[in-house]
Amino acid sequence: MLLLEQILNGLQLGVMLFLLAAGLTLVLGIMNLVNLAHGSLYMVGAFIAASAAQWTDSFLLGLLIALPATALVGIAVEAIALRHLYDRDHLDQVLATFGLILFFNEAVAMIWGPRALFLDPPSWLSGAVEILPGAPYPAFRLAILILGLGVAGFLYWLVARTRLGMLIRAGASNREMVGALGVDIKRLYTLVFGLGAMLAALAGVMAGPIYAVETGMGEPVLILAFVVIVIGGIGSIRGALVGAVLVGTADTLGRAFLPGLFGAMMGPAAASGVGAALASMAIYILMAAVLVWRPRGLFPAHG
Amino acid sequence: MNLRRALLFGGLAFALLLPLLAGALGLDYAVGIATRILILALAGIGLNLILGYGGMISFGHAAFFGLGGYVVAILSRHEMRGEPFMTWPFEVAGTDQAILAWPAAMLACALAALVIGAISLRTSGLYFIMITLAFAQMLFFFFVSLETYGGDDGLSLLSRSAAGPLDLHDPAQFYYLVLVLVLIALLATARWANARFGLALQGIRDNERRMRALGFATTRTKLTAFVISGAIVGLAGALMVNHTEFVSPAFLSWQRSGEILVIVVLGGMGTVFGPLAGAVVFFMLEEVLSQWTQHWMVIFGPLLVLAVLFAKQGLWGLVAAKLDRRG
Amino acid sequence: MAESLLKVTGLTKAYGALVACDGVDLDIAPGEVHAVIGPNGAGKTTLIGQLAGELRPDSGRVSFAGRDITHLPIHVRSARGLARSFQITSVFPRFSALDNVALAVQAHAGGNFRFWADARKDSTLRDPAFACLERVGLAARAKVPARVLAHGEQRQLELAMALATDPRLVLLDEPTAGMGREDSARMVTLLTGLKGKIAMLLVEHDMDAVFALADRISVMVGGRVIATGRPDEVRANTEVRRAYLGEDEIA
Repeated sequence: MLLLEQILNGLQLGVMLFLLAAGLTLVLGIMNLVNLAHGSLYMVGAFIAASAAQWTDSFLLGLLIALPATALVGIAVEAIALRHLYDRDHLDQVLATFGLILFFNEAVAMIWGPRALFLDPPSWLSGAVEILPGAPYPAFRLAILILGLGVAGFLYWLVARTRLGMLIRAGASNREMVGALGVDIKRLYTLVFGLGAMLAALAGVMAGPIYAVETGMGEPVLILAFVVIVIGGIGSIRGALVGAVLVGTADTLGRAFLPGLFGAMMGPAAASGVGAALASMAIYILMAAVLVWRPRGLFPAHG
Repeated sequence: MNLRRALLFGGLAFALLLPLLAGALGLDYAVGIATRILILALAGIGLNLILGYGGMISFGHAAFFGLGGYVVAILSRHEMRGEPFMTWPFEVAGTDQAILAWPAAMLACALAALVIGAISLRTSGLYFIMITLAFAQMLFFFFVSLETYGGDDGLSLLSRSAAGPLDLHDPAQFYYLVLVLVLIALLATARWANARFGLALQGIRDNERRMRALGFATTRTKLTAFVISGAIVGLAGALMVNHTEFVSPAFLSWQRSGEILVIVVLGGMGTVFGPLAGAVVFFMLEEVLSQWTQHWMVIFGPLLVLAVLFAKQGLWGLVAAKLDRRG
Repeated sequence: MAESLLKVTGLTKAYGALVACDGVDLDIAPGEVHAVIGPNGAGKTTLIGQLAGELRPDSGRVSFAGRDITHLPIHVRSARGLARSFQITSVFPRFSALDNVALAVQAHAGGNFRFWADARKDSTLRDPAFACLERVGLAARAKVPARVLAHGEQRQLELAMALATDPRLVLLDEPTAGMGREDSARMVTLLTGLKGKIAMLLVEHDMDAVFALADRISVMVGGRVIATGRPDEVRANTEVRRAYLGEDEIA
């Protein structure tokens, strides 16, 4: 039963990572832009939702306000700063978006104060559901999982089946061509960026009740999303989904079981330390293994 | 050329006299600040080797900075407690001797860089940036979960390293030792930039495909540079833990990696003195801005964006261009 | 004919449904200038990529100086004496002309792990490099940064770099690409001077250059070699006339 619970936890982390990685990988693939500030949008989404939920006394309203608001923030950031970076080399992009992270983390601390906020799940999701007889699971986590899977399915449909998705995919593998075919690249970029920001915000809102809403919350998750993209392959939605689920489950299961496993093998005192250390490194070792096997990720979108 | 030389000798004289000046003016804390700047510059010099001369954008060099620091702190703690650091397969005792601990820190970093480099250099471009960042994060979490050595809270260095006749607890003596190491690193940079190794590395930066066609085994050259770079940054970490007498996972944080990157680019990539100029300016900016507001990053962040958009050559690059024009 | 220097058998490379190289056979004797011509998209660049080692063939064999090199990496091929020049000029823009060639000399002189001695004062690199510049007529421009050289000069520099690796065979990918008539003629003169000393595989669109230089010509169409022979034989070959001139009329 513990195993089932941990697998669900892993899937749920994976779903969250997918929401973040999906926007990131599209921006990477289509605009060839490393946007370190993507994690900031995740944080901004969580903060706006927490505040809005407090004012309106409703989690759902908080969510509904946070999504478009964060999309607007994202579009503004694109228009003010990132647009000028598309033609720059990756180093410029890294530095400038690093500057944006510093700005956002500090700005959020100035607006909301240095202390962490808490975002309570709606009361009708605060209980537990019995997924199997004798195996209760928090309803909110289950709701995240279902919502996340739904959004993932929708995204998949959007990218794989619609005209917009076709343009996005074409843009990810051949930018010049799409431009040459007379598509308004600027609008496509803005659209993709807004969509990415909204997905990041959704991930942030979903994380709110589980982790603390605080400044700097974006970057550890952002780096995990990078690991997801490296595993999945830049520009590939399918890769992002597979990578996210792999990373989510590997991380959660590793943390849950590796310390115990080593404890059984080597005796508890020294070994749980080793186990904990290894568990925290599990996903990076996974990434390294994938890279040795396939340097361009599992589903490379480019040539 | 004369102006350049005057600038260099002036700077050197200032650096040599700084502890005396500070003492005379009653600004004793300035020596500590200068030491800190020099240590950051040394980390920048290490990164500059691969970033400036090799074109490899590592966003994970704080890993080596922190690892170097931890090696010194851990060895020192074992020495204090009289417990060996490891007993299998051979016994390694703790030590507080700089002559042993600092090279050990560099060696550990070189090994880590060898592994990380061997994997991440299979890729390039975007992947390389993300992978170096990820590996640094891995070591960050490794030290967070390492309860034996303080975990999240970090580890204190009870006493600075013993360095023969030098007493590193004396700010001036520590400062001079760091200064000498930085000068050696600067000289080494100036030499290898024009040696066969450096020219090969710069050729790879500019056009790796062409270099392979000419017959260079480019991956080997890049990996060598990556390993040396890691070792230098590790030495900087070993010095920093002596300076702060404390090490924590924050030494390995992604912010620190970003800082080192900013120092190199701000100063001027692929120039000998760029990292030094970058470290000075970075620290000054931090000082000035943080006196103005505690939320100085809210200003520094956008400044960085503007600098990237409008002043790409870096400071030393601008100065060097001016000097070259004057001949 | 003497024993061949480069022997290519059944070289095949496909990109999805497009077969860019379809069972190509090729023989080049030591010192021979062998031109490969054909309309755009005939697979010439793919062929050069596979010979240089940048592309991995799907099947087939490449042997050089009697040894199989099909699976060797680029830099090892170069060390064995197989050099290439690029269609798009690939000189190192920040380095001087002499630096560029010295780097090419260094590629085979080794010592890439020397960290201290100033390579720009190393006569074992600089002297042979300067000799190569003289050979291509660029000695007067030795100190000029490569990025400010004229296009024709950059092509000459490109050739000097290939020569500096002391090759037995040079793969020349359109050496006169983008050149005016005068530069083009100078390049042909240069290459003529090398005839007989170094074998060359020449991919070229300028037919004057091809017929002036080539000992033998292979004609590629749609990934296949449809004819190989002396220039006059190829000129007279009916299949070639149909395929090649036919294409020309459309273009």
